[in-house]
Order: sequence, then structure tokens, then C-alpha cells
Amino acid sequence: MKVMVAVKRVVDANVKVRVNAEQTDVDTANVKMALNPFCEIAVEEAIRLKEAGKATEVVVVTVGPTAAQEQLRTALALGADRAIHVVHDEALEPLSIAKLLFAVQQQEQAQLLLLGKQSIDGDNNQTGQMLAALAKMPQATFVSEVELLDDATLAVTREVDGGVQVMKLPLPAVLTADLRLNEPRYATLPNIMKAKRKPLDTTDANALGVTLKCHQQIISVVPPKQRSAGVMLDSVEALVDKLKNEAKVI
Amino acid sequence: MAVLVIAEHDNAQLKADVAKAVTAAAQLGQEIHVLVAGAGCQAVAESAAKMSGVAKVLLADNSVYQHQLAENFSELVVANAAGYSHIVSVASAFGKDLLPRVAALLDVAMIADIVAVKDADTFVRPIYAGNALATVKSLDDVKVVSIRSTAFDAASSDGSADIVAVEQVFTPVSEFVSKTELQSERPELGSANVVVSGGRALGSAENFALIEQLADKLGGAVGASRAAVDAGYVANDLQVGQTGKIVAPSLYIAVGISGAIQHLAGMKDAKVIVAINKDPQAPIFQIADYGLEADLFEALPKLIEMI
Repeated sequence: MKVMVAVKRVVDANVKVRVNAEQTDVDTANVKMALNPFCEIAVEEAIRLKEAGKATEVVVVTVGPTAAQEQLRTALALGADRAIHVVHDEALEPLSIAKLLFAVQQQEQAQLLLLGKQSIDGDNNQTGQMLAALAKMPQATFVSEVELLDDATLAVTREVDGGVQVMKLPLPAVLTADLRLNEPRYATLPNIMKAKRKPLDTTDANALGVTLKCHQQIISVVPPKQRSAGVMLDSVEALVDKLKNEAKVI
Repeated sequence: MAVLVIAEHDNAQLKADVAKAVTAAAQLGQEIHVLVAGAGCQAVAESAAKMSGVAKVLLADNSVYQHQLAENFSELVVANAAGYSHIVSVASAFGKDLLPRVAALLDVAMIADIVAVKDADTFVRPIYAGNALATVKSLDDVKVVSIRSTAFDAASSDGSADIVAVEQVFTPVSEFVSKTELQSERPELGSANVVVSGGRALGSAENFALIEQLADKLGGAVGASRAAVDAGYVANDLQVGQTGKIVAPSLYIAVGISGAIQHLAGMKDAKVIVAINKDPQAPIFQIADYGLEADLFEALPKLIEMI
């Protein structure tokens, strides 16, 4: 079984982003970038499937600027076999990314498509579902457990509100990884060195024959309202009094 | 044109948050229809018909829709999409699973997790885990929108819409096996009115019982910081923050949580924030309405006793 994993270059989760002066976007110049944490989990799962002898090849794909190659190299260092970089400089909507990923999927014919449940920049939580729709494949989102029952069937556990849901999906299928799926490994130095020699192909929307359309316009990006400063209290009694009589929340 | 609200339910009861999607839909200034798809869900359709502002309820009652799988549910929505300018649902696990699939089938973008409606095409949504608010204008003919339930009030239930049966049958290729509800008497973290969260300072899984006792006294849910989850004190589905759950309860009590930005991203929209921490320099105090500089092992038992 061939596995295709989509990954995204995003602002590192530890960076506190700031809105730019023109209020058109957040300021990403000179900000530390990283592999989206949910994509790391998706890559880890693909590699575990390979280590278990269930997956024959793990292909990582990203859509993004030239610099996104770094994140593909990271995924290769974690254990992916080869990478495909769909070069595109402007930010894209999830639907456009899904269309590009679908075009790559048509070339690769992977049986299992793994994505993170959402990227921590756009917070859209859409690409996997859209890819599944375009590819007319079943989907399992927010997956916390994956088991390959046989060559053509997956059993997955999904994190849903208030509990977990177990589903059986015929392959090919699209899965999106939730936080609980696994604990991603760290890339070791020898593997980082080896990753530099693994194949990384580049392509773009034209080469893939995908025409992209702009579906939405960002009017403005503003910082959220700041909370007004609170008060420091000196005792539990004062706290209970404030909660009961001032805030009236208990 | 009209707005189609997709109802989430468990075949017996309509999810309370659907009434919030109806409130958001009402701000679009058009007729509101609600689609209820499930198996044996007549009662759900009846409560949907009572939501104020709803003009019509479409009821697809068939065993193929029992578990509301995105796979075939999306086809049902698309088959009924003609005449609707907007398709709206709640940004719950259900809505997040279904709506992007609907949008892709319609070849339109989706606007996720909106917190405000500016006009029929323009919406406000948080990005970067709430560190920025983007105003987005849709250029599509059909707007597929999910709403953040904590940002809208629930519509009242004084309406009386007609219920119309929808007969299309789409069969999923996936198979639902089982659903296990969490064995918890406490309200769900995402929708709880009160959330009590503990951090690394609790020191052990056993000590987390203090957080649970306070939560139970207040009828609230238990949350945790990433540090507490990584230390193994609680399961990671209790994590509040950028990579965990986003909550906006009336009261959020952060105990022994320093207030790293990733944690703040998940709770800074709470109406009242209380922080209990022994480090006066902890960043959590910068956003707390009420701060108490104290040892949590002294303050918590006292607080539990007094409430």
C-alpha cells in the first residue's frame, strides 16, 4: 500500500504572531517556521505503517513556496521515502490546495491519503475533507487510531464530540490525524543527513493541469480585542466574594 | 434565495447548538430552512420546526443517514442545494467533518468557524489560534459557513415551521461500527459553562482530583494545559489550547497554569478568567480578571469548601 501524506509549512507553534501594520495579514517575515504539528502526526503514522510492513512507500507532498522544501526534508528525515513539492508562492485556500493534492494523487495513485486535521495558521480544518470529496473517496477525520484490517479495509477510531466513533473504510481513503493519534518522533542527525539525498521532485499548478480560482478575499486582519487588566486578590475569601457578587458567575 | 441550516442530532434530540446556527443564519436576512437527516428522527424535525425564524424543515428520514456520515450526507446536501445562497452548520466535529466535503462538491470555498456576520458575503473568523481576526469576503455564489457556537446566542423555540419529507437516498461506502460516549458525568469541555483547568503545578495525576472536585462543585468541565497532558496527569482530550480544545465558558479557572500563549489561545475568550498561581510573574495574570497569588494546595481545598 502506497501512502501519501500532505504536509504544510506554518509559523512555529511557539511564536506569538502579530498582525502587520497594514492589517492585511499577520507578519511572517523573520518568523520561525515549522512543520504543522498535525502534519507531523500524519507523517509519523505513515512511517509507523511502513515500519509495520503495511505500507510499501511513503510519499510526502506539500504545496507552498520554495522555502517549504525545508519541511519536506524534515518529513524525509522522519522516514518518508520521497517528496513532491508543488511550488506556489501565494497563500492558497484549502479548496485550491485540495485540487493540487488531488492532481498529485491522480499521478501517484496512493491508497491511503493522510493529512493533519488542521493547520495552525489558517485553522480551517477543510483540506482533507475537500480532497476526499474531489477524489470521491471515503473520509475519516480527527482520527486517533488506525488499523489495517486487510489489503482493502481500514478500521479507524475518530475523536468526535463527547466520545469516539469506530468506522470501517474501504481503501482508497482519506484520513486526517488528530492530536491523539501518536507521539511524533524526532529526526536524528544521521537521518537528517540521509534525507538530503532522498528524491524531491518539484512541480506546479500548470504542470499538474490545475486552474486555480480565487474564491475569497481577505478584507482585513486585526488583532483580537485585548482584555482589560484584572485585579489581584489576596485571599480565597475575596475571590469567592468577587465571583459571587461582582462577576456573578457562581 | 434562502439559507439552509444543517441540523446536528443523535436521532432523538436536536443538538442545542443548532439554535445558535439559526441565530447566525437569521443575520443573513433570508428565509431559513433546516435540513434534518437521520433515521427515526421525526422528533428532531419537530423540535427543529419550533426554532424561531425557521420557515421550513426538510426531513430525510432513512436508515442510510442514521450515523450522519459525511460521505453520503454531503451528497444529500448537494442534491438539495439549489435555491440556497448559504449552507450553515455549527463548527462541531460533525460540521467540520461534513461542510468542507459539501463545499468541495459544490466547487466553492468554505468559511470556517465564524464569530460574526458582517453582511451576507462577509464574515469574521479567528486565525492563528485566535491571535488574529480575519474579515473574509466570499466571492462564491453559494456560501458554505460553519459557526463558532460560543459566538452566537441560541434562537428561541416559539416557531412552527412545516416539515417536508426529502426522499433522496444516498448510501455510504464506509461502515459505522460503534460509538462510545465518554463515561463522564461532567459537561463536555467545548460547551461547558464553567471550566476548571489544571497545569503542571498539580504535580501528579492524583492531585488532579482537586481540580475535579472544584469542577464538580461548580457543575463544570475539567481542562488541562499541555504541560499537564504531557506529564501524563490527564488524557489529552482535556487539553485546552492551540492544539487542543478552544473554549469560551462564562467562568474559566486556571490553576497552576503559567499561561503560555498556546494555552491562552484556547481560553482567552472566556467571560471571566480566574488564575491561581504562586508565581506573581506568571503570564496568566495578565489576562485574568481575578488573580490569586497562592499555593494551589492551600487555596484549592479552601475554595472547594467555600463554594
